[in-house]
Amino acid sequence: MDAILFYVFAAIAVASALVVIGQRRPMYSAFALIVTLCSMSVIFALLGSPFIAVLQVIVYAGAIMVLFLFVLMLLNVKREEDTPGRGGRTLRGVALALVTLLVLQAGAVLSRSGPEAAPQFDASTRKMAEILFSAHFLYVFEATSILILAALVGAVVLAKKEL
Amino acid sequence: MSPSPLVQDLILAGVKIAVVVGALLGLFSLMTWVERRTLAFMQYRLGPNRTGPLGILQPIADGIKLFFKEEVMPAAADKWAFLAAPVVAVATALLAVAVVPYGPPFTLPSWGLLPEFLRGRTLQIQIASIDVGLLFIFAITALGVYGIVLAGWAANNKYSLLGGLRSSAQMFSYELALGLSWVGIIMLAGSFQITDIVDDQGRRLGGWFLGWNAFVQLPAFLVYFCAATAEVARIPFDLPEGEAELVAGFHTEYSSMRFALIQMAEYINMITVAVLGTNLFLGGWYAGVPGLPSEGLLGFVWWGAKVAVVLFVFIWLRGTLPRVRYDQLMHLGWKVLVPVAAVWILVTATGVAVFPGLFPVASR
Repeated sequence: MDAILFYVFAAIAVASALVVIGQRRPMYSAFALIVTLCSMSVIFALLGSPFIAVLQVIVYAGAIMVLFLFVLMLLNVKREEDTPGRGGRTLRGVALALVTLLVLQAGAVLSRSGPEAAPQFDASTRKMAEILFSAHFLYVFEATSILILAALVGAVVLAKKEL
Repeated sequence: MSPSPLVQDLILAGVKIAVVVGALLGLFSLMTWVERRTLAFMQYRLGPNRTGPLGILQPIADGIKLFFKEEVMPAAADKWAFLAAPVVAVATALLAVAVVPYGPPFTLPSWGLLPEFLRGRTLQIQIASIDVGLLFIFAITALGVYGIVLAGWAANNKYSLLGGLRSSAQMFSYELALGLSWVGIIMLAGSFQITDIVDDQGRRLGGWFLGWNAFVQLPAFLVYFCAATAEVARIPFDLPEGEAELVAGFHTEYSSMRFALIQMAEYINMITVAVLGTNLFLGGWYAGVPGLPSEGLLGFVWWGAKVAVVLFVFIWLRGTLPRVRYDQLMHLGWKVLVPVAAVWILVTATGVAVFPGLFPVASR
């Protein structure tokens, strides 16, 4: 059951990711990206981490993509124009993607000692919170929040010259 | 021979989905009639009263009418997006109802025509009871805006586009307050599961209704109610479809069944918000008086009555309040609700940390 669901949503994720880069209309790309993010969230849920799955949807598919769409709608971006030399760039891009895939596969094969070597871990919300707020990660976690807050204030200051 | 556990679960899930979705669709059509009648009485009118007794068959007549209407596709519209938008809206509306419990757990009788694996089994009308229930709803709410945005953009009409823009800004702003209003009750219950949150309220103060989150977490409740009203774009926050300025906002160009689908999504969202408010803040299926039982059928009665009251308040608001201005909307969302919710989270956290004895579940 899990395997079937995984392959279904993995296929959707890959297909919609291809639409994101292959599509010329920005709105369609944005919506395809939302589909990609949602199917990845399903894969996280299948891996036994509903918390990460939900965060994926809230933060990426929800908050960030709404901003993307907002900008696209406000600017009313039209269909992307053809630029010369596009074919060559596509070719280089595909080649680079293939090389990356090979390297990742090689890394995965080399690092794996056996099919049963994948460690069983508890990815429940409670366990995640315990790890995140343990002495090990607490400082990093809080420092990240301060960093994000600073970025937020910075963005407001940049956007609004006179407060 | 009894089916394997996986098949049993699939059958149960299928039945639950059929029951919940069926009940929601029925309630949706009933609500259109209730809303029109109630509003009419509030405005010294009669409302639809000709189709069937008291006009109760009006939703069916409306459905038949919409079904046979011509479906207009604007020439300048983006065809696929235009067709997909109502589907997205309904799909997200129906997804959010999956993790909400409807009424108390009940035990099936151990006799009768039931298949063997169901006899004597304790069930709850909740399609999926997941670890992160409340967060799941939050995620689906975040996706809910896309149906509206897509509808507004695809129609290629300036009123639709403005409606879609407004609604994305509005839902984005109020989502934040909505989510923050839940943090306090999650801290008190020590769980994201809605059933746990309901049980937590039922245990407090010996079962008296003053222990419900609506009283214990009064500021959070008020924030939730405002944010939820804005989130489902009801008056006084119905700017995305403000008919005086935007014709009908994002669904201006929709006709026939697709219009009905958008209406359905809106009503289902409203019902979800009411059910959620009942479960999270109004003690769910608990009677609120120590002597009164809350199990079985009576629990459904209490629960249903609370949901009905919340739904009535939504209609009441619509009959009472004028629409807010856009700047007032943004001001209320960002400068009132979010700070109040944030401060209240601090207060709750301090309370839980300083008086662990008062909140036994949270300090577990």
